[in-house]
Amino acid sequence: MARIELRGLAHSYSTHPKGDADYALKRMDHVWHDGGAYALLGPSGCGKTTLLNIISGLVIPSEGQVLFDGLDVTRLPPQQRNIAQVFQFPVIYDTMSVFDNLAFPLRNRRVAETEVRARVEEVADMLELTGELGRRARGLTADAKQKISLGRGLVRSDVAAILFDEPLTVIDPQLKWLLRRKLKQIHERFQLSLIYVTHDQNEALTFAQQVVVMSEGSVMQLGTPQELFERPAHTFVGYFIGSPGMNFLPCRYEGGAAMVDNQRIPLAKSVLDHAPHRGVPLEIGIRPEHLRIGANPVNGALPAEIAMVEDLGNFKIVTARLGRHMLKAKLPEDDAVPGDHGWLTFPPDRTRLYADGRLVA
Amino acid sequence: MDKRPYDNKAWLLVLPVFLIVAISAIIPLMTVVNYSVQDVLGPFQRVFVGTEWFEQVLNDDRLHGAFLRQLIFSGCVLLIQIPLGIAVALTMPVKGWQSSLCLVLVALPLLIPWNVVGTIWQLYARPDIGLAGVAVNSLGIPYNYTSSAFDAWLTVLIMDVWHWTPLVILLCYAGLRSIPEAFYQAAKIDGASAWAVFRYIQLPKMRRVLTIAILLRFMDSFMIYTEPFVLTGGGPGNATTFLSQFLAQIAVGQFDLGPAAAFSLIYFLVILLLSWIFYTYITHTDREDAR
Repeated sequence: MARIELRGLAHSYSTHPKGDADYALKRMDHVWHDGGAYALLGPSGCGKTTLLNIISGLVIPSEGQVLFDGLDVTRLPPQQRNIAQVFQFPVIYDTMSVFDNLAFPLRNRRVAETEVRARVEEVADMLELTGELGRRARGLTADAKQKISLGRGLVRSDVAAILFDEPLTVIDPQLKWLLRRKLKQIHERFQLSLIYVTHDQNEALTFAQQVVVMSEGSVMQLGTPQELFERPAHTFVGYFIGSPGMNFLPCRYEGGAAMVDNQRIPLAKSVLDHAPHRGVPLEIGIRPEHLRIGANPVNGALPAEIAMVEDLGNFKIVTARLGRHMLKAKLPEDDAVPGDHGWLTFPPDRTRLYADGRLVA
Repeated sequence: MDKRPYDNKAWLLVLPVFLIVAISAIIPLMTVVNYSVQDVLGPFQRVFVGTEWFEQVLNDDRLHGAFLRQLIFSGCVLLIQIPLGIAVALTMPVKGWQSSLCLVLVALPLLIPWNVVGTIWQLYARPDIGLAGVAVNSLGIPYNYTSSAFDAWLTVLIMDVWHWTPLVILLCYAGLRSIPEAFYQAAKIDGASAWAVFRYIQLPKMRRVLTIAILLRFMDSFMIYTEPFVLTGGGPGNATTFLSQFLAQIAVGQFDLGPAAAFSLIYFLVILLLSWIFYTYITHTDREDAR
């Protein structure tokens, strides 16, 4: 178990980085709590795997420190940190049996054979691998192999954190669900810190207590799945999380409301208290789930054309045209969709204001 | 009765293959088969002798000697070149210009023709004027490949190791490069020693290329001819007379076409058989493992 602290951490793969662009990971400071389940979420190439490898010790950061429980481990090799890592493609030792695979990390650390047996059997039982212990590991299916990789981390009693690098990439969809549930069980039982890298938002949101959204080497937001959904700190987060992503409309700020092409959209009081500076590009953002579409003009509603309706089974996605902007709204399956014209309502408590891409208030 | 119409045009499509196989393999081989069962007395005089040549060759003591030497030689070649090739491949740089340079340097001996390799070493190891030969002798170690059987063997072996270990190195290097980085990372995290990494990751992953390397080196060394021929002509005595050399002696030296043809067939079958046994053994254990 460990509290993981990143202090002034930055990393560049080039030896003489010149500008920001040379950094795979831009300067960051974070504290991740002991026993938490964290997901690093972001598109390919955003630096999430680099960050993971720095924590596991496979990569030494060019700047800053990594601390486990206050102890500086920045330059310690992986085997001296109490971590385990599960990789994208299953890593198993081909010539060994499942038992020997699971025993490998313990035997390398010269643990007594009776204890090795006890630990391996316990872990195998938990991962439902008991029946396979005597088999050669190479003949197994991808999900069983991935369980072995995970098991090699779990057998060690000293493990403080288990790191996952997109571990479900090669697993069949229906098994993904089972394996993810297994992970949750293990997390609840052992209270280990788990750090999980993925580019799949569903995976991140269902797995983690805290999600770290990354883009271009920076952390855009660290929050619970609900926070990411309700109050995206950055337009990137709003767009990246959610399906479809958040709607953004460029606007002006005038008299306590946002003006989109001379149409008035009221904002919540908390936003008004932090009225943004002049000269900064402003946008309002609203989740498709929160945008309402009605057939009749109600107070404050804006007229829009309905461009497209997609029925996705248990909900509908309506694309509406407001002036020159396109907006998406997600409606429950049973809601009536107006014909060619509808009226859009932006609930003020759900409408966010962004200045230069960042959330206001 | 089957009344369906037959379309024999399909034969036309298969014909080219038959022709190519016939010209490239069957006809030359049949010539040898032809000679192996006849006694050719003159251009148009021949007598069918059945298996006589085969019996004669198989009971020839010289053949037994050559066969034994051949097995020992091929065994030595494999025992030296495979571990050496693995060891060198493991120490080669992985990236950058150093790796390209190493690959080129390692591949150089492979580009040199057998005959030239023989000549190079024949001169290089000469006890009177060769750099290596003179140097070894001046160290007080008597070395002369024309008089000592051991020295001749040693020279041929060194020559072969110098010429062909690069092939094993290149194959192993390719095998090693195909191991994903994650395996090394996982091993590090599991606290594996360098030996354990070799034993449980690198060696198993090199298995396929090693199969190819062993097979190629075995077949090739089993057919060695040029190097001992250039060095000592198979001597001193018969010390470095291997199977090919023996065959050349009866076919070209003594012009005994019948026994030479019979022996050619036996030689061919032996290589085929040994390679087949070896190959099935490897692929069989492969399948066992998968279970």
